[in-house]
Amino acid sequence: MRLEPIANPTAARRLGLPVLAIAATMLIAMVLALIAGANPFAVLGQIARGALGSKLAILETLNRATPLIFTGLAVAVAFRAKLWNIGAEAQLYAGAILTVVLGTGALGAPLVLPLSALAAMLAGAALLLGPVLLKTRLGVDEVVTTLLLNFIMLLFVSYLLEGPMKDPMGMGWPKSPALIPEARLPRIVDGLRLHWGFALAILAAIVVWVIQTRTALGFEIRAVGQNPEAARFAGMPVNVVLIKTALLSGGLAALAGWSQVAGLKGHLSLDLSPGFGYTGIIVAMLALLHPLGVVVTAIFVAGIFVGSDAMSRAAGVPTYIADMLMATALLCMVLAILLTKFRVVRG
Amino acid sequence: MSKSEGAEVVLRLDRISKSFGALKANDSVSLTLRRGEVVALLGENGAGKTTLMNILFGHYVADDGEVEVFGQPLPPGNPRAALAAGVGMVHQHFTLAGNLTVLENIRLGTEHLWARRHPDARGKVERLSRDFGLSVHPDAKVCRLSVGERQRVEILKALYRDARILILDEPTAVLTPQESEALFATLRKATGLGLSVIFISHKLHEVMAIADRCIVLRHGRVVGEVDTHATDKGALAAMMVGGELSLPRAEARAPGKVLMQLDSVTTPDHGAVPGLKQVSLALRAGQITGLAGVSGNGQAALAEVIAGLALPSAGTLSLHDARITDWSPRVALSNGVGRIPEDRHHQGSIGDFDLTENAVLEAYRTRFSRRGWMNWRAARAFAQEIIAGYDVRCPGPETRIRLLSGGNMQKLILGRAMASGPDIILANQPVRGLDVGAIAYVQGQLIAARDRGAAVLLISEDLDEIMGLSDVIHVISQGRLSPGFARGSMSAADLGLWMAGQKFEGADAA
Amino acid sequence: MTEIIDILISASFWAAVIRIASPLILATMGELICERAGVLNLGIEGIIVIGAFTGWMAVYQGMPLWGGVAVAMLAGMLFGLLHSTLTVPFGLSQHVVGLGVTLFATAAASFAYRLMLPEVTSPPKIQPFQPLDIPVLSDLPWLGQALFSQTALTWAAFAVAGIVAFTLYRTPLGLAVRAVGENPAAVEAQGLSVTGLRMGAVMVGSGLMAVGGAFLTLSAFSSFFFEMVNGRGWICIALVVFGAWKPGKAVLGAILFAAFDALQIRLQQTSMGAVLPYQLFLALPFILSILALILMSRRAEVPAALMVPYNKGER
Repeated sequence: MRLEPIANPTAARRLGLPVLAIAATMLIAMVLALIAGANPFAVLGQIARGALGSKLAILETLNRATPLIFTGLAVAVAFRAKLWNIGAEAQLYAGAILTVVLGTGALGAPLVLPLSALAAMLAGAALLLGPVLLKTRLGVDEVVTTLLLNFIMLLFVSYLLEGPMKDPMGMGWPKSPALIPEARLPRIVDGLRLHWGFALAILAAIVVWVIQTRTALGFEIRAVGQNPEAARFAGMPVNVVLIKTALLSGGLAALAGWSQVAGLKGHLSLDLSPGFGYTGIIVAMLALLHPLGVVVTAIFVAGIFVGSDAMSRAAGVPTYIADMLMATALLCMVLAILLTKFRVVRG
Repeated sequence: MSKSEGAEVVLRLDRISKSFGALKANDSVSLTLRRGEVVALLGENGAGKTTLMNILFGHYVADDGEVEVFGQPLPPGNPRAALAAGVGMVHQHFTLAGNLTVLENIRLGTEHLWARRHPDARGKVERLSRDFGLSVHPDAKVCRLSVGERQRVEILKALYRDARILILDEPTAVLTPQESEALFATLRKATGLGLSVIFISHKLHEVMAIADRCIVLRHGRVVGEVDTHATDKGALAAMMVGGELSLPRAEARAPGKVLMQLDSVTTPDHGAVPGLKQVSLALRAGQITGLAGVSGNGQAALAEVIAGLALPSAGTLSLHDARITDWSPRVALSNGVGRIPEDRHHQGSIGDFDLTENAVLEAYRTRFSRRGWMNWRAARAFAQEIIAGYDVRCPGPETRIRLLSGGNMQKLILGRAMASGPDIILANQPVRGLDVGAIAYVQGQLIAARDRGAAVLLISEDLDEIMGLSDVIHVISQGRLSPGFARGSMSAADLGLWMAGQKFEGADAA
Repeated sequence: MTEIIDILISASFWAAVIRIASPLILATMGELICERAGVLNLGIEGIIVIGAFTGWMAVYQGMPLWGGVAVAMLAGMLFGLLHSTLTVPFGLSQHVVGLGVTLFATAAASFAYRLMLPEVTSPPKIQPFQPLDIPVLSDLPWLGQALFSQTALTWAAFAVAGIVAFTLYRTPLGLAVRAVGENPAAVEAQGLSVTGLRMGAVMVGSGLMAVGGAFLTLSAFSSFFFEMVNGRGWICIALVVFGAWKPGKAVLGAILFAAFDALQIRLQQTSMGAVLPYQLFLALPFILSILALILMSRRAEVPAALMVPYNKGER
C-alpha cells in the first residue's frame, strides 16, 4: 500500500473521519462493558449521566477540566513547534510547589495570587528549559528527558512533603500546610463549587490562540514545527523560538498545578494530579493542537473520567475503562486525521 | 539501421499508463529493448521517464498496461520479481545504506533472510569490478565513498545479481565529463557481453554518444523513436520540448564593482563532505558568476556562507567593502542578499503553509509585523503581488504550497527573493527539476537581475547551464576554488579536468 | 567509604546486579531492535506492564511458568502489531503513537486486573522461577553465589542479548534490519519489503519488552501490582542511546545501571542513608539516565532513518 496526498479533501472526509474515530471509541467502550459483564448501553448512559446529569456533575466535570485545559494547552503549544514536551506532569508539580511556598504566609493579599501564579509559571518554564537546552545544544531527545524528569519530580515532591514542607498538623499524612485564605482562588459564583481557575484556563486558551494566529512569534512557532530547515534558512532564530515555546509551554503546565492548589485542594499532596500531564497529551491531540479546541476536548475528556467514576460505582466496570477509552480515542484520532489528508492506494 | 536490429527482444513495455491524482505521468507508453542495445529514454523533467522505469522495476503499479521480460510477463509492484527476472536499476538518488560496507550493500537482499551459508560474495564482486572496470574497495563504508564510487557500487549491485537489463536514471548528473566517459566505457563493455541498457537522460550530447536508439517522452507520451545516427541534436531537442523553445542566453556585459568579497574563506569538513579551503571569490555588479562542479565538492558550504547560515572558520567576508562580523540570514537579507535555496521543498518552502505564509517567510519581522503583531492583510497583498508579477499559477494565496508544481513553487521563491530588490543574488540550482518553460522563465529573471546591476552567483551541476549563463566561471573541487574563467574561454572538457581536481594538482605543483 | 567497598565486594550485591539487569536487558534488546529498524517504540513502558500482567495472570490461572513467558511475549507482539501498523504503513508520528500505546497498554492491564480481581487488597502471589542449581559452578566460593545462582529467565536474558547481536551482525536478516534503519530505499531497491522488515522488528522487539515485564512478575517478584514498572521502559530507551545502538554496549550499560540501582538500595541502609533522603536514592536511576543521554549525545551514531517513515510513493 501507499499513501497518496489528497489535494482538496471534501468536507465529508474532513468531518466524517473524526466523527468515525469517536464512534470507534464508543464501540470499544461498549465492547469493554460487555467484557465486564455489564449492559453496554447502560454503561454509556451512566457515563453520560455521571458527567452531565446534574448541576453537581457538570461542575465536577468543569473542575476536572480546568487542569486539563492548562496541560492540554501546554502540550498543544509545544507540539505545534514539534517540541515533544511529555513533562507537563513535572511542570504541574513545580508550579504547585511554588504556589505553596508563596501561599502559606510568605506573601499577603493582594499580591499573593498574581505573584504565586507568576512564580509557578517561572518554575514550570525553568523546568522545561533544561531539556530544551539539552536538545538545542547537544541534540538530546527531549521526550526521554522530560519523561524522566516526571519521576524525579514526584520523588522530589515526596521528599518535600516528608521533610521541609511537611504539614505539622498532617498527622503523618504526607501533605503540605494549607494555603492562607488570601492565596485561594475564589469561586466564580458563591455557593457553586467552581473556582476562577476555570475562567482563567479559558482565558489562557484565547491568549494562546491569539499568539498562534496573530503574532510573529506564533508564525515562527508554526514554521519551526513544520519545517525547521526552511525556518532557519528564512532567518528565523530556530533555537530561540524553541526556547520561547518551552517557556510558554512549561508556564502553562505549571498553571495547572497552581489552579489545582489555589483553586481546589488548598495544599500540596502526592495525589494532586492523577496524571493530568499525560492526559494533557490526549486532550491536545484530540483538539488537533488547536488552543480553543483544547477547551472543548478537555471538558469532553474530563467528562469521560468523571462519568466513568460514577458509572463504576453503579455498574461495577473498573474506572480504568476511562483511560482505555482516552488512549483509544487518541490512536483512532491520529489515524483519522491522517486519512483526511491522504488516501490509501495500491502500489 | 541499428546494430542490434533482429536481436532477441529482452524487454517489452506495452501501453503503460499511470496517473498521480489528476496528473497523467505515463499515457500508454510502449517500448522494446533488444539484446546488446543501449536505448536512451529522453525527455525533459516531468516527462514521465522516471515513473516509467519505476513501474518497470516494481516501485509503482501501473494503472494499465503490461511489462514483459524475456518473453515472460512481470508481476506488477514487485521489485523482487524484477530483480529475479534480470532487471537492475541504478536510481538517480542512490539507494545505499551508508552505515554498511560496499560488500554488505551488494549482498543485501541477495540471500534468503534466514540463510546460514553464504556464497563467496567477495570473490564475485572482485571479479565483476575487474571485468567491468568498476574499481571500489569492498570493505569500505559507503558513507565514506565519493559520488562516483557510490555509482559504481550501484552498478555492481545490479551486476552481482546477474542483471541482463540495466536501467540508469540520469547517471551522469553527478559525474564529471571524464567520469561520464568512464561510465560509458563500462556500459560498452556490458553491451559487448550481451547486456541491454536503458539510459535515462535529458542531455542530448550524451544520448548521441552512447545510445543506439532513442525514445523521446513528452507529457507522459512517446512522441518519437529514432536511431541516434539517423538524427541530430536539433531534431531531438525539438521533439523533446515540442517545438522551438530556446533557452535564454546571456550576452556579455562589462562588470561593475565588487559587491561581495570572500578572502581565503575556510569552513570545516562535515564527514566525507569537504568544507571550503582558502576560497577567494569576488561577486561583481552586473555579472553572473557561475560555479561549476560535481555535487558534494563544497558548493553547499559556499552557499551556506553566502546565505548567512554559516560564518567562515577562517578568512573574511566583505559586503559593499565592509567586513562582515555579525552574519546570519537576517543580516544577509537586510544587506540586500537575495537567496534561492538549493532544495525548494526542504529549505525554500514550508509545504503545509499557504502561499501568503511562504511569501512572508523572510520579511515577516521587517515588513509584515509591528511590535510582534502580524499584518496578515499586507502579507496577503504581498503574496498576490508575487503571484501576479512572477506568473505563479495557483488557485490563490490560500493554496498550500505543497500542491504547486515545482516550477510554480520556484517562481514564488524567486519572487520572494527578488521582492526587496537585492543587489546580490545567490541562485543555488535554480532550475533543477523544472520543465523547459519554467527554466526559461527563471533564467530570464536572473539575467534581468544582472542587467539591472545585481551580482548573481549561479551554482549548478549542469555544465551546459553554467556555460550558457555565466559571464565568469569558477570550478569547485574538494572545497578548492579555481581561478575565474571568462565567458567562452574554456571548453567543457577543460572545465571537466578542473571539476575532477586534476588541474588543481597541476596548479599546486607549479 | 568502607561501607561502599563492603557492598561492592559482597556476593549478594552482584547477584542482585545481575537480577536487576535482566529485565532491563530484555527490554533494551527489544527497543534496540525496533530502533535499528528505524522505529522509535515509546510503547515500551506500557508493553512492559502488559508483559508483567499477562505473564503473571497466565501463571495465576494455572499455566506453567514458561507458558506465562510465552503468553507475555504474544501479548507484547500484539501491541507491537498495533504500534507498527500505525507507524509503518501509515507513517504516523512515532512519538504520539508510542505514547498512545503506552497509555493504552497500561490502562488495559489495570482494567483487566481490576476486572479479574475486583476485591483483593493485597496482590495474590504465584510460585516464581527458582534459582537454578548449576553443578560445580554454583558451588564456587563467592562466584557461585554472585553469578551462578540465578533463575532460568536471567540466563535467557543474556542468551537473548547474544542472539540479537549474532543476528544483527552475522545474518542476512540482521543486515537487512540494519539497512532498513539507515536507508529504507536501499532495502526496497534490493527487493526486500520495508514494511515487512520494520513491522517484524517492532513485533519481535515488543515481544522481548513484554518478556522483560514478565521477568518482573515471574522471577523478580511473585505478584503484579500497579506502578511496578515505574519508568523502567524510559530508562531502557536511554540505555539504547547509551549503548550506541549496539547490543554488547547496551548490555554493559544495563549492568552498570543495575549496579547503581543495587548500590542505592543498599546505601539506604548505611550511614549515608541516615543522612540523605531516601527519595534521592530512588531518583538516582532517572538522574543517571539523563546523564547517560548527555554523555553520549555527541558520540552516538544514530540510525539515519530513525523516526523517518517510509512511503514508497513519495515524490
